[in-house]
Amino acid sequence: MAEEFLVARDVSYRYAARRGVEAVSVLQRFSVSLTEGEFFCLLGPSGCGKTTVLNLMAGFLEPVSGMLTLAGRPIRGPGIDRTVVFQGDDALFNWLRTIDNVAFGLRMQGMSKDRRHAVARDYLHLVHLGGQENKYPGELSGGMKQRVQIARVLASDPKVLLMDEPFGALDAQTRGRMQSELVEIWHKTGKTIVFITHDITEAVLLADRIGVMTKGPESRLDAIIPVDLPRPRRRSSPGFGEMWERINALIENEEASRP
Amino acid sequence: MTEVSPRPAEAMAPAPRLPLGWIKRDHLIYVASIIGLIVLWHLVATTFFKPQFFPPPLLVLSTGREMLESGELMEHVSISLQRILAGFLIGSAIAAPAGLLMGSIPVVRAIFDPYVQFFRFVPSLAWLTPVVIWFGIGETSKVLIIVYTTIFIVLINTMVGVSHIAPNKLRAAACLGATPLKAFIFVTLPATLPFILTGMRLAMGNSFATVVAAEMIAADSGLGYLIFNSRLWMATDKIFIGIVCLGALGLITDRLFRYLIVRFAHQYGPIE
Repeated sequence: MAEEFLVARDVSYRYAARRGVEAVSVLQRFSVSLTEGEFFCLLGPSGCGKTTVLNLMAGFLEPVSGMLTLAGRPIRGPGIDRTVVFQGDDALFNWLRTIDNVAFGLRMQGMSKDRRHAVARDYLHLVHLGGQENKYPGELSGGMKQRVQIARVLASDPKVLLMDEPFGALDAQTRGRMQSELVEIWHKTGKTIVFITHDITEAVLLADRIGVMTKGPESRLDAIIPVDLPRPRRRSSPGFGEMWERINALIENEEASRP
Repeated sequence: MTEVSPRPAEAMAPAPRLPLGWIKRDHLIYVASIIGLIVLWHLVATTFFKPQFFPPPLLVLSTGREMLESGELMEHVSISLQRILAGFLIGSAIAAPAGLLMGSIPVVRAIFDPYVQFFRFVPSLAWLTPVVIWFGIGETSKVLIIVYTTIFIVLINTMVGVSHIAPNKLRAAACLGATPLKAFIFVTLPATLPFILTGMRLAMGNSFATVVAAEMIAADSGLGYLIFNSRLWMATDKIFIGIVCLGALGLITDRLFRYLIVRFAHQYGPIE
C-alpha cells in the first residue's frame, strides 16, 4: 500500500438550520484515503453529498467534525495545491480571453505576462485548444469550455485536481472524447484526481478506484472498488460489463436496504 | 479538433441590403417614419391651430436657426450638458465603488443599506429648495441634484451586479490563489462592470429629466430655463426647440455611450 496522500477522516458536515428548515446532516463520519497519482472516482446518486466532499477537500467548506489532510498537512481554506474543475461553465472568467483564463492562477502568483502566457499556451496545447488563445469563453462550445477549465487548473501545477461532474452537461460524443483525453492528460501529468460522477460507466472508464457513496442524508462511503481493468478502456473491454453490474448491484442493494 | 465553436452573430440572418451597400432597409424605414411624423405635425399644426398655440415644423426650424445664429441656443445646450455631465460623472464615480463595497462586504451593506433604501424614494427635486438654500442658486446646486439622481441608480445596479456573480467564479479564483483583495479586483470588479455601465446608462436618462426640472425652478440658463421662460410670452416655437434639443441630445448621448461600451467593454458582457 502506497503512502496516504489525500485523507478524509471521520468527516461530518451539516448545513445549518434556516428558518423553516431543519439542519441537514449531509455527511456522517465520511472517511477515505487516496494515494498520490491516483485517479479516484466518487460515485453516488444525486443529493448524496458528493459535491460537499469535494467542497471540503477544496477548502470551500469546513467540516463540523473530523479532519482532512493533504500530504500530512491539514486542509484549511482553498489553496493552489487543490484546484477545482467545476461542472458549469459559469466558473470561467467570461471577460478574459482563453489564454488569460488559463494564466489567471499564474497571474495571482505574480508571474510576468510573457512567462505566464507561454505556460498557458503549453497547457492549451495539452488540452487540444492550440490556436484558440484569443477567443472569449462565450465563443467556445461546451466541451471547449471544460478544456479551458482543465488547462486553467493544470497551469497552476496543483497536487490534486478536484473535478465536480465536469462532463455532466456535455453531449454523449463530446463526453466520451473528453473522458479519453482526461485519462491521457492524467498519464502525462501524473496528478492525483478526485472525479465526481453519478454515471457508473464514466467511473469504470476513468477510475483506479471507485468510492461508492450511500444515499443521503448522513452519507458515507459504502464501498471502495478497485478497477483493475487494463487501460485504455472501452465499454466493450472484457470485464467492463461485469464491473458495471457489480457496482450497479451494490447501489441497488444499498438503496433497497434503506427505509 | 472537430468541434466548431458557435458563432451567434453569424447565425442570425442579416437584414436585407440595398444596392447602396451600407444602407439597410431598416435605416430607410427609420427615415421614412421620421419624415412621416414631421409631415403629420405640419398638417395638424397648420390645419387646426394658430402658430402661437402649436407651431408648425417650418416655424420651429426658422426660430431654431435664428437662435443658433445668435448663439442663444448653443449657450443653453452647452450649460445643460455641462450640468448633466458633471453630475452624472461625479455621481457614478461615487456610486460604483460604493456599490461594489456594499455588495461585497456585508458590514458595509448593513450600515448603509437603510439610508439607500430610504433616500432612493425621495425624488431629487424634493431636495431642490433646501439645496438652493444651502448652496445658493449657482451651478453647485444643479450639479448636486444630478449627482443625487445618478447615485441611487448606479449604486443599486452595482449591488445587483455583485450579487449576480456566479459563486463558482469566486471559488475558482480562491483555489487559483487569489486573496480576497485580488478576487475583488480581478473578479468582482470586471464581473460587475456590465451592471455598472447599465446603471450609468439609465442614470444618464434620468439626469436629463432632472436637469430640466431643476433649471425650470432655479436657473437663468439651460434648456429647462429656455422652455419655462418662453411661456411668459407664449413663445411656443422656442419651447419646441427646447423639447427637440432634449430629445436629440438624449438620443445622441445614449448612442455614444452604447458605442463606447461596444468599442471598449464588449468583453465584459453585452448590454442592451
